[in-house]
Amino acid sequence: MLVANHSEHIVSWKLYLVVLTALLIGTVGTVQAAKIDLGPWNIVLALGIAVTKMTLVILFFMHGKYSPRRIKLVIVCGFFWLAIMLSLTVADYSTRHQEPSRSQLQELACTRSLNV
Amino acid sequence: MHRTGELYGHFQTLDQQKETATLGMWVFLVTEILFFGGLFLAYTINRHAFPTSFGIAGNMLDLSLGFGNTVVLIASSFTMAMSVYCAQTSQKKWIPVWLIATLALGTVFLGIKFVEYKQKFDHHLIPGYHFDITYCSNNPAACGLSGQELADEQKEVREAIDAERDYAKQQSFSDPGETGIAAVNAHAQLYFSLYFGMTGLHALHMVIGAGLLLWLISQSLRGRFDANYNTPVENIGLYWHFVDIVWIFLFPLLYLINRHLA
Repeated sequence: MLVANHSEHIVSWKLYLVVLTALLIGTVGTVQAAKIDLGPWNIVLALGIAVTKMTLVILFFMHGKYSPRRIKLVIVCGFFWLAIMLSLTVADYSTRHQEPSRSQLQELACTRSLNV
Repeated sequence: MHRTGELYGHFQTLDQQKETATLGMWVFLVTEILFFGGLFLAYTINRHAFPTSFGIAGNMLDLSLGFGNTVVLIASSFTMAMSVYCAQTSQKKWIPVWLIATLALGTVFLGIKFVEYKQKFDHHLIPGYHFDITYCSNNPAACGLSGQELADEQKEVREAIDAERDYAKQQSFSDPGETGIAAVNAHAQLYFSLYFGMTGLHALHMVIGAGLLLWLISQSLRGRFDANYNTPVENIGLYWHFVDIVWIFLFPLLYLINRHLA
């Protein structure tokens, strides 16, 4: 019988309970925060809480904190690529001229036919 | 393939074998991050383009059902983590118990999702010919709306119509399909298309996860997993937690960010 040499870190069930509690508090917190009008900060706060919850899940439930460095690298790369996709697309949309609407196109067509 | 116990011939130790499988699982999850990322991106861009109509559409979701589902899913992540813990500490009898709890919570999640989808169907909020954002404010009895809730919803619909009208005026749109209630309905349908697309894809992941859990439960009942060998428990656990993370973002983005306007 081959035996693993148990280099893996075992996260204790007490820590899992702490993380569960934190996640539940975050969930209640985000619902309560959404009911207050904070203007543009509502979305920032909601995403901030979501990112914090995600970090807790990755670090402890998914053992990210105790993983070998090559796995950490893969995790970081994943979010890096996501950041590339989000930032470049948003940059494109925010600097591009809007497509003409239906009525603007119709107007354009009318003007052209008048000129002919 | 040559195998000694759980160890395949091309690996030297079970640890090495597990680390390799876990690395592969993470690479798969990275592709999943980008897969869902594209949908989140589509949502962000469209929400930015039509904030008022997206806001009113989002406020038509049932907050208590969404909140309940978030709690259920977070609890299922905890029970999944506990089954990994029991595998790592060789508490073989407890592994299937926690796995069954995870499966049960996952099923509750899908059940609540079904109730929500049914409600949207009854309220004429499925994108298509019968879509009508004003259905509930015009037929309050059918939607169980009354008093303050009804007044709030009517006010929101009016505000959205005004916002679309102002926008059409500012852009000098003349086509009636581009202004007022027609525009609200068009853009609210865009919201609900994204809502059903994103939550539907998430639910599909839950169904696949439930299938994987069934297999894990049958294997763990045969006593296959312990401190030496628990790679499938760990990696299906990673998948389950990932699906939880997707919901952690779907919940605030779809249900919450416009509540303060309601």
